Amino acid sequence: MFKKICVGTAIAVLSSHAMAADVISNEAVFNPAFSLILSGTYGSVQRDPAIPATGFAMNPNPGHEQGFNLGESEMGISANVDPEYRGVATLALSPAGGISVENAFVRTTSLGDGLNLKFGRFFSGLGYLNEQHAHAWDFVDQPLVYATLWENQLGEDGIQLKWLAPTDTFIEVGGEMGKGRGFPGTDTVRNGNGASVLFAHIGDDIGIEHSWRAGASLHQTKRVAAESTSVPDVNGNPVTNLFTGHSQTAGLDFVWKYSPNGNVRNNYFKLQGEYFRRKESGDLTYDTTVAGANITDSFSVIQSGFYLQSVYQFMPRWRTGLRYDRLDPGVAQVGALNAGNIISDYRFNPTRTSLMLDYSPSEFSRLRMQVANDQSRRGMKDNQLFVQYIMSLGAHGAHQY
Amino acid sequence: MKIFYYSILFLFALPAHAALNVFACEPEWAALTLELAGDKTNIYSATGGLQDPHRIEARPSLIAKARRAKLVVCTGAELEVAWLPVVLRESGNNALQTGNSAYFEAAQFVTMQEVPTRLDRGDGDVHALGNPHIQTDPRNFLPIADALSKRLAQLDPANAAHYQQRLASFNTKWRAAIGVWEHQAAPLRGVSIVVQHKGFPYLNGWLGLKEVATLEPKPGMEPSAAHLAQVLNTLQKQPAKMVLRAAYQEARPSEWISQRAHIAAVELPYTVSGSDRAQDLYGLFDDTIAKLLAGLK
Repeated sequence: MFKKICVGTAIAVLSSHAMAADVISNEAVFNPAFSLILSGTYGSVQRDPAIPATGFAMNPNPGHEQGFNLGESEMGISANVDPEYRGVATLALSPAGGISVENAFVRTTSLGDGLNLKFGRFFSGLGYLNEQHAHAWDFVDQPLVYATLWENQLGEDGIQLKWLAPTDTFIEVGGEMGKGRGFPGTDTVRNGNGASVLFAHIGDDIGIEHSWRAGASLHQTKRVAAESTSVPDVNGNPVTNLFTGHSQTAGLDFVWKYSPNGNVRNNYFKLQGEYFRRKESGDLTYDTTVAGANITDSFSVIQSGFYLQSVYQFMPRWRTGLRYDRLDPGVAQVGALNAGNIISDYRFNPTRTSLMLDYSPSEFSRLRMQVANDQSRRGMKDNQLFVQYIMSLGAHGAHQY
Repeated sequence: MKIFYYSILFLFALPAHAALNVFACEPEWAALTLELAGDKTNIYSATGGLQDPHRIEARPSLIAKARRAKLVVCTGAELEVAWLPVVLRESGNNALQTGNSAYFEAAQFVTMQEVPTRLDRGDGDVHALGNPHIQTDPRNFLPIADALSKRLAQLDPANAAHYQQRLASFNTKWRAAIGVWEHQAAPLRGVSIVVQHKGFPYLNGWLGLKEVATLEPKPGMEPSAAHLAQVLNTLQKQPAKMVLRAAYQEARPSEWISQRAHIAAVELPYTVSGSDRAQDLYGLFDDTIAKLLAGLK
């Protein structure tokens, strides 16, 4: 987990404008829009959720919580700063106490010509799901490919520029530069750019009943002394490894939505899928503990994965969804010195199938049940059950497509 | 299916050679703009008559259309709050920010009804600025047309005389049409009705319909079986002639009440393209009155 800082500054930036309200008007009228998401889950799993997907021990494993859990409550504050800027902050209140800054960014509102500039802390615009906040997810958890390759969601401290083409068809291109805060970045502490992202989206309607969007993205970062613990070695012993090298990820995403008469209130069907492929190459130090072997040699691997999911609102308020996940840990090219230490080929593809049913009494509340057949760990089939509630209070901002 | 093709033709195939790109949030404003501007504008309607305007997604196509719009014409009063802000922000079109002259909110020019005295989501999806379904009273179109025509002239001064002339002719025709509709609708005065969604206060006010019950327990909440039973109970004491719903609403709750209370279920076009006959603003009210009168029988 990356530690989040400086909540005070973000709030101060957003609310400073309120101070300037003149004496005649009520200060409160300039208060930013405020929203609060309350969520919680009950999770029942048969296997220890701390065990990572086979072949992905050097990747993050967000896992699942067991039993009754208060999810992260999410507090959103947003307002126009002035005619030029808009400020948005999303603070996550952890059930264990403490506040982390999920998003705190400023975006321009008046550049025009299809340009949008964003700076601060934000979810990267890569892929389709990455920008969506947890309360807008269609399943309790993120797809495996997001969990392992992006630690659920890539958050960045940096700057993003997007341009929308002046065409009837939606064509958008964008780029980001940042610190490399979220995995696979290693939180660069040097001058310059720690990670960059390029993305392009294209989308349109077909008649009034169909709409779609497709995209491609590229991410690259330099990983410096990325430590992974409890990585099984050739002999099955858990060791700690360090990796330094380049990481490049390419992704493709698409979503297609269908709704009779275009009326999403009654029925709709949504099909979406994303594919990511990451190439990492550099040096890996095996077993870095004090008494460990500490052997460094070259290491490169291509990891990939995809998910395909559909969500069907079969009647107002009720939706069901099916998702299939699959990962490929790839075959690593391991330098001669570590050939006898590091597993290069796991000969296993983690998979998972999830089925969900949710019920939304209103636009502001949702109750969900999800079952999953998780076969992401070799020889450890895991049947999982989750129950979740998501409630939203206060200003409810519009959702993205 | 025929109606959808017609609405597509109507909504998306308006003259393409014209100068001023107009993005209309709802079909009634696309139709009004067409009345006032004729071929001087290129109009795109973001929604069709069979879509719930509260629940539209910020689709890529809407963002692309907003990118090139010179004027956005919407109901306002928070009707589009779930999708329009994202569309306008993502469009990167700096002319369209709220408060600019390129952003036209029809609700600002009429007297709003059902403005809540308290705001609590426990009361359902209420709109702080009042009931936004202003297009069900034709008299509301007069002040809106006046303001919209001025806005068109402001944004496209070269054609100011053209807009002024079209406004004058619209006003004359529209006032005459209102007279005809009011005459036709005389038998509806004082008639008791049930509505599915609280979407008809302006229509009720215009025609003197008396709303005795609502099928949605709270605005925006789907009708529950328990609430429908309660409505049925009310109807035994306080009979109504018909149950009204907008074309975009699900038929089931209205049909349920209609069968049990033995009253007519009337589906109103609600907006332009909401029915085969409602292909323009005149057709919208011709059809609305005809369907209400049919419900009386």
